[in-house]
Amino acid sequence: MRFIINGRGHDLSIDPRTSLLDLLREHLRLTGTKKGCDQGACGACTVLVDGVRINSCLALAVQYEGRAITTVEGLSAEPELHPLQRAFVEHDGFQCGYCTSGQLCSAIAMADEAKRGIPSALTEDLCAESISLTHDELRERMSGNLCRCGAYNGIVDAIEATLVAQNAGAGAGGHLPAAAMAEESAR
Amino acid sequence: MMQFEYSRASDVADAVRLAGGQAETRFLGGGTNLVDLMRETIENPRSLVDVTGLSQDIVARADGSMLLGAAAKNTAVAADRDVRARFPMLARAILNGASGQIRNMATMAGNIMQRTRCYYFYDDATRCNKRNPGTGCDALEGFNRIHAILGASPACVATHPSDMCVALAALDAVVHLESANGSRALNINELHRLPGNTPHIETALTPGELITAIEIPACSFATRSIYRKVRDRASYAFALVSVAAAIDVGDDDSIRDVRLALGGVAHKPWRASKAEAALRGAPATEASFVAAADAELRDARGLHHNAFKIELARRVIVDALQELHNAKASRSANGQSNGNSRGGT
Repeated sequence: MRFIINGRGHDLSIDPRTSLLDLLREHLRLTGTKKGCDQGACGACTVLVDGVRINSCLALAVQYEGRAITTVEGLSAEPELHPLQRAFVEHDGFQCGYCTSGQLCSAIAMADEAKRGIPSALTEDLCAESISLTHDELRERMSGNLCRCGAYNGIVDAIEATLVAQNAGAGAGGHLPAAAMAEESAR
Repeated sequence: MMQFEYSRASDVADAVRLAGGQAETRFLGGGTNLVDLMRETIENPRSLVDVTGLSQDIVARADGSMLLGAAAKNTAVAADRDVRARFPMLARAILNGASGQIRNMATMAGNIMQRTRCYYFYDDATRCNKRNPGTGCDALEGFNRIHAILGASPACVATHPSDMCVALAALDAVVHLESANGSRALNINELHRLPGNTPHIETALTPGELITAIEIPACSFATRSIYRKVRDRASYAFALVSVAAAIDVGDDDSIRDVRLALGGVAHKPWRASKAEAALRGAPATEASFVAAADAELRDARGLHHNAFKIELARRVIVDALQELHNAKASRSANGQSNGNSRGGT
């Protein structure tokens, strides 16, 4: 089976019980993606599939054969940090850091969802043409990512300083990393 | 997790053939509930048939109805412009459920077929008639804050956890099914069962029967429908009580028609038929709304930790109906003939 992780193909033979999270961590040693609850409650395992955020712990890897998967390791080319990663450092967006890779991947796809006009439970006018990522909208959309250190204020500040500002900018480029973008444009 | 065989269905006929009418086979959608249950060895299917490759189409028909492919993702349905305009209660219900990540994975059919989040069902060190028929129910005398107040039985007090299904129940959604015996369609209100003495039998589906599509009949007054959800935290929590509602009030301020369903209160999404019957033809007043809520909740029974849900449900029903009525009144005062719902948050 061929898996495409951060733009690179990997041919692997796996037990169908293997979760996408375990494939990344145990088979490919991509340990940036974290296992928190392993039951879809915490969001630490969030990765992008074709630019869309999912919980990799609830995903059987066999279902994601051939899809473009992006993990925190693929958000930028080393030694560069993604602008959101820099903002997390500047705004104290973490303490222990265990939830951070999930927060980063989730936030990047979240901003893209808002840009594509996908509403949230807090969106006042369901039929509005565009979404304004207010403070409350952002918190609602990020509710699938828990931070048990309680660094939420820093996380929200970091997202507002980068992705929200970028969403608001006229014609600003996307937040998705190059591998996911290439897949997006190919669809 | 026990070993299983994995196969990918290319179309509906292939999926039905691969399942072979076997009770030990499960259809796999996004996996957000089934994979978790398998990891806990609560579900131990011998084979999984992946049906995420089946139709994800979202079709808005000229007659006002819609047809949603069973494999359509929850996010895609909630984001669909026609769903938002025609059936805002459905978009709102979906958006009030789970998290962004889970909505991106979960399919329509998977959401319908998800199982209860009763703690005792998940914990195989406890007694559960749903998990092990005939062993008893530890929820009855246990921590039952999230449990049922309507339609429960001494055998089971679990609730159906879906938000989406509450809106589908109110909208009389029709679920299209396919099996080796052919096709049939079921109103969603007949799909889920009450527990009775057989809480392990949760739906009317036969082994190997596949959901292929969900059809939402036209409902003109659903364009201003709402979904109200009350839960223990502001987001990403199951409903303690939720209400999907739409009303059609005539110029004489009497209620011509109404749709009302409750979540978080029963073993199935609860269509509030008694309240609807009490409301049809009644004046659109707070007194009517209270009387309707009382009619629906007359048979409600609380357990040690969840009796608060009865009063909570009464208040949420009344508040939702008042919100809908007030929105109409303010539109009339502004001379507007049409407006967007702003409820459901």
